[in-house]
Amino acid sequence: MRLLNRSVNGLAGRISRRRRGPVAGLLVLLLGLVLTGTMYAAFSPANASRTTAQADEQLIQEGRELFLVGCSFCHGQNGEGVRSDNGQLGPSLVGVGAASVDFQVGTGRMPMQQPGQQAAVKKKAYTDEETEALAAYVASLGPGPAIPEESEYTLDGLSEDERREAVVNGGQLFLTNCSACHNFEGSGGAMPQGKVALPLRDSTEKHIYEAMITGPQQMPVFADSVLGPEDKASIIAFLESTKENPDYGGFEMGGLGPVSEGMFAWLVGIGSLVGFAYWIAAHSARSKRQETSA
Amino acid sequence: MSESVAKTNGPNAAVTKKPTRGASAVTWADDRLGLATAAKKNLRKIFPDHWSFMLGEIALWSFVILLITGVFLTFWFKPSMGEVEYMGSYAQLRGLHMSEAYASTLDISFDVRGGLLMRQMHHWSAMLFIAAMLVHMMRVFLTGAFRKPRELNWIIGGLLILLGIIEGFAGYSLPDDLLSGTGLRIADGLVKATPVLGTYMSFFMFGGEFPGDDIIPRLYMAHILLIPGLILALIAAHMLLLVYHKHTQWPGPGRTEENVVGFPMLPVYAAKAGGFFFITFGVTALMGGLMSINPVWKYGPYNPSQVTAGSQPDWYMGIAEGLLRIMPGWETSIFGVTLSWNVFIPGQLMPIILLAMVLAWPFLEAWVTGDKREHHLLQRPRNAPTRTAFLAAMITLYGLLWAAGGNDILAVIFHLNLNHITYFMRGAVFVVPILVFMLTRRWCISLQRQDNETLLHGYETGIIMRSAEGGYTERHLPISPEAAYTLTARDRDTVHEVEAGVDENGVPASGGRIAAVRARLSQAMYGHNVQKPTAQELDEGHHHAEDEHAHEIEAGLDHSADGHQFDGRHPVEGEELRSH
Repeated sequence: MRLLNRSVNGLAGRISRRRRGPVAGLLVLLLGLVLTGTMYAAFSPANASRTTAQADEQLIQEGRELFLVGCSFCHGQNGEGVRSDNGQLGPSLVGVGAASVDFQVGTGRMPMQQPGQQAAVKKKAYTDEETEALAAYVASLGPGPAIPEESEYTLDGLSEDERREAVVNGGQLFLTNCSACHNFEGSGGAMPQGKVALPLRDSTEKHIYEAMITGPQQMPVFADSVLGPEDKASIIAFLESTKENPDYGGFEMGGLGPVSEGMFAWLVGIGSLVGFAYWIAAHSARSKRQETSA
Repeated sequence: MSESVAKTNGPNAAVTKKPTRGASAVTWADDRLGLATAAKKNLRKIFPDHWSFMLGEIALWSFVILLITGVFLTFWFKPSMGEVEYMGSYAQLRGLHMSEAYASTLDISFDVRGGLLMRQMHHWSAMLFIAAMLVHMMRVFLTGAFRKPRELNWIIGGLLILLGIIEGFAGYSLPDDLLSGTGLRIADGLVKATPVLGTYMSFFMFGGEFPGDDIIPRLYMAHILLIPGLILALIAAHMLLLVYHKHTQWPGPGRTEENVVGFPMLPVYAAKAGGFFFITFGVTALMGGLMSINPVWKYGPYNPSQVTAGSQPDWYMGIAEGLLRIMPGWETSIFGVTLSWNVFIPGQLMPIILLAMVLAWPFLEAWVTGDKREHHLLQRPRNAPTRTAFLAAMITLYGLLWAAGGNDILAVIFHLNLNHITYFMRGAVFVVPILVFMLTRRWCISLQRQDNETLLHGYETGIIMRSAEGGYTERHLPISPEAAYTLTARDRDTVHEVEAGVDENGVPASGGRIAAVRARLSQAMYGHNVQKPTAQELDEGHHHAEDEHAHEIEAGLDHSADGHQFDGRHPVEGEELRSH
């Protein structure tokens, strides 16, 4: 190690001794130019001639190919929607935006396995890159909501106090706008004719935000004029903060409210107490008589 | 050897030993209160032993737990709808404006030591209180313990359940969270559905338009003073009547309508019942400590503009909720007034009819049978098939309505269609109880037949006999005299005949139409029952069994029929052949 140091010092010493030489300035200039060029070549896109527009076009083309294979049967070859004999098979995707695709495909709802009241959540069929390509293609069909940036659905810029205030506000907004379908703690709820509002506990922040701006399935669109972007972020922050809460009261029994509580009162409470009653009655008051000598 | 006995013949007279301090205190008290005389008799009071006689105790001890935990909660709860800003420890609600009632409930949950445990114990024991009353009621009903002289105690019990439900609902409404406000909104709707008077009653109740500022203080008064006072008084009456009537008992050898066979209050029942209190307390404490109930902090303060999925009442109001949910939206408009049958029938009429049916049953039964005797021996449920089937049908109806009240939860958990559940329940509440009624009745009657079989032909031994001809029969052996006594210790049902319209002199039969209804009911309720065998039938049965036995002895089958020789511990003829 010391040997290495000495040789490096020696080299530095040698360069340093010549730094005032006549060609030193020229050499430094040359070195700078070479470095700049190399760095530019290393960090700029590999194909210098390929612009971002072209990159998008390629992505859209990739998306279109995926779309034709996986989606066009229901949504039409150009995403115009398909109307079957007994109503719509798949709606038009013009103007639904990249956020819609990111939500529907990213959560495994699309492609649907079978027609039904509601697209079921299942294992994702596309990789993240493929989803991005599909989103780019659908976004190219017409203007619509874009995939939100992380800064939009998190409260990163706020101070601790502001964040706390936003969480409280988000809780009230959640109870006012969301809990009627999604339940008071996002456990999900039933909708008419077999539709459901799904539980929110396992949903990612991005997907919740996308659901609010695109209104998938039965859900209404919460436009920015109705629920501002900060309000949406507050609701998401509230949901995230409740996940951090411990189960204060103990076992939650599904977080479904009084129905499951009643069931447990009967099964656990009355069940065990009747069992104890049986146990007490089964032990009669037999006293062990001992033979006493008179 | 005590001092009071002379040990010597010395000059000093023997003196009484000075009583201990405890004994003198007790003597002091007894000289003034005279409790020993009263206690002497009652401490030796006999209670019969059976697990089903302890179900009412669960309710009693739950009520004691409710009083203890309830007193704790009153130390911190503020029954006020005054607006305050919450500054407690629950972060998701800090800084929010809410009623004092809700804020103090949050404080009890998060900032009072042991407060959440007490709240949860209070709520769980409320659920158990009403559930235990119902289970106790089922026991009394199924065993006919409501018959003379206990009809009034049956009514008191029914009132206790009703009061318990109202008390529970008042308590559910007190924290002023989103669910309690939603529940009060429904109560408001139920009151308003009263024809003509509805709106006046609602305004009187809430001191103006819903929700107003009065309802929480008013409910608080009812919840901690009025209704518990009434419940306590009725419990006292219930238990005094229990002591006065003496406890019922199962029939058996030595047990008659005039005696009670069991163990004395002290030491046996005091220990059993006292121990059961601690068990009930322990179970409630475990539930309160480990299982979350009514997490009000998640619901948020009541806001009339909010309602959440999963808004349900506590289970005992489940039938009212279910009735409301499955009721078609019928309304009538006359003279510019809307009569909301869709709320009035399920919300007011049906609960009253259901309760009245159950409370009226003892009187209906007494009228149909014409039985004026006292009954202290219990009936087995199978020996009153119609009654047992009626209760089974009522339990079914209760369960169906409770399920209908949780239709959205069922839809989510079991991936069902919400509307289909509602449509199904609309039919099921009429059809399924009737099916259950018929099934239970036939089941009971079959069990009665089985009892008679056992009496006449003995019990099944499980030993299969092969006769010389190659036929197979199962060997039956007579049951013990004690078992036979217990099985036959029941009355024969009398079925009233429908009297002919006119007698031979042309005079109409007395009683007229009412007598005919009674006779028809009597036929329907008791006509299908299987009666116990007569003494003659029993004799014949025994002779038959003896004859059979004699034949077996003749045929040399007697000793070889018990099957024990094949148990591997006895030498059997020809056994060595099996090893080849």
